[in-house]
Amino acid sequence: MRKVMTGNYASAYGAKLSRAEVIAAYPITPQTSIVEKLADMVSAGELNAKFIPVESEHSAMAACIAAEIAGARTYTATSSHGLTLMHEVLMWASGARLPIVMTNVSRAMAPPWSVWVDHMDSIAQRDTGWLQFFCQSNQEVLDTIIMAYKVCESKSVMLPAMVIEDAFILSHTSEPVDIPEQDAVDSFLPSYEPEFKLEPGKAMGFGSLVRPDQYMEFRYKAMLAMKDAHDRFLRVEQEFKQVFGREHGGLLERYRCDDAEVVLVAAGSVAGTAKEVVDAMRAKNIPVGLARIRAFRPFPHDEVRALASKVAGLAVLDRSYTFGAAGAMFTEIKASVYSCAKRPVMKNYIAGLGGRDITPRILERIFEDMLLVAKRPEEGEVEWVDVAGLPKRWK
Amino acid sequence: MTKTYQELPLTPISDAPSTINLTGYWRVIRPVVDKEKCKRCTICWKFCPDGSIVLVDGVPEIDLNYCKGCGICAHECPSKCITMVQEGQE
Repeated sequence: MRKVMTGNYASAYGAKLSRAEVIAAYPITPQTSIVEKLADMVSAGELNAKFIPVESEHSAMAACIAAEIAGARTYTATSSHGLTLMHEVLMWASGARLPIVMTNVSRAMAPPWSVWVDHMDSIAQRDTGWLQFFCQSNQEVLDTIIMAYKVCESKSVMLPAMVIEDAFILSHTSEPVDIPEQDAVDSFLPSYEPEFKLEPGKAMGFGSLVRPDQYMEFRYKAMLAMKDAHDRFLRVEQEFKQVFGREHGGLLERYRCDDAEVVLVAAGSVAGTAKEVVDAMRAKNIPVGLARIRAFRPFPHDEVRALASKVAGLAVLDRSYTFGAAGAMFTEIKASVYSCAKRPVMKNYIAGLGGRDITPRILERIFEDMLLVAKRPEEGEVEWVDVAGLPKRWK
Repeated sequence: MTKTYQELPLTPISDAPSTINLTGYWRVIRPVVDKEKCKRCTICWKFCPDGSIVLVDGVPEIDLNYCKGCGICAHECPSKCITMVQEGQE
């Protein structure tokens, strides 16, 4: 059934179709309508879940952790300062190997206070051991939540995942979304059966102390699991395609990258705009393409390397900035590409922070700049785009 | 004995409560109760941070398997009937 809905409702339907059994959440702009919708579904009896209103995001994640240890499929959603408040327990969730799925509505960190899109909140959770999926459309949000449960709950993964939607651009913008049949989702995603769980009358401790002689072995296992999540995700998406008839492009979606001279790498909703720009430039025979990072963790290193060895220039757009370094996507891609025999010229464009519009015109200017830079590498490989006071005009 | 990563579960899981860890061996000083002087006020029992005091007819008995020897009971006792004694001494 197709319905017009916001990204937030797509998240709520994704959790409902996945039959989340425990939902613990704290409201925060612009995530609120996700948990409001889920609370409605629970109170109307459409979703058989325990809804736990908590007093903070830290508690929301702690409640999900406890419920997941008891064998329940759990879901939560947050944004920005809510996500960063969770930071400690995010580490706990992955270390305890709990396949929790959460939506993060990616929003700028304050100050300056902002409620608009920016990836700083998600990027700041890079090292927590969570899988991270950036989405371009509301359909992808819904589909990725269902796929994320299947990937995360597989025995060789058992790690949590965050599904990332851009604040307002996806969270509060309506698009047609196909809602799959519950029966089809049920056969695609069977109920959650963990190997170990807390049971009444049986004392057990999870995540207890280990001495230095055994700590590394547990971290090594998590490393293997994250590695496995890469191939597992590709397989799950193919299976999803067979059942539901659509896919979203693996861990790194490539759009018109064949024979491209310059490729823009970006994540999130801006990729939709960038595809339009690529089409317009291709119509003028300008050889450009787009690579969209869907999974930031596990990072698609092999896919990036395969792409990089075929192009003259890689423009990496980061919607966040790591102070003292560069954009995190850029740093990651540069690290991947280092081992390529033939390396493209690379440049990092910092754009769209705090909800600043990244217009088609700006993206076109980025492509034009990169086409020049690819032939004549300039000094300085990180450029801030569209900042008032800088001499360069982007609009 | 050290286990290989293949032998270990996903996360450290124990099938026993943490009471299997006898933390009393951390202790260097030990509370000794003068049961004659004890007024059965149970303040020591309320203050013990480790639940290592068991009341027998209102009089404290120290569970030395878990008492870490922090001395809070001796400090709080209004009738000064608990004294901390160096381990290894009477």
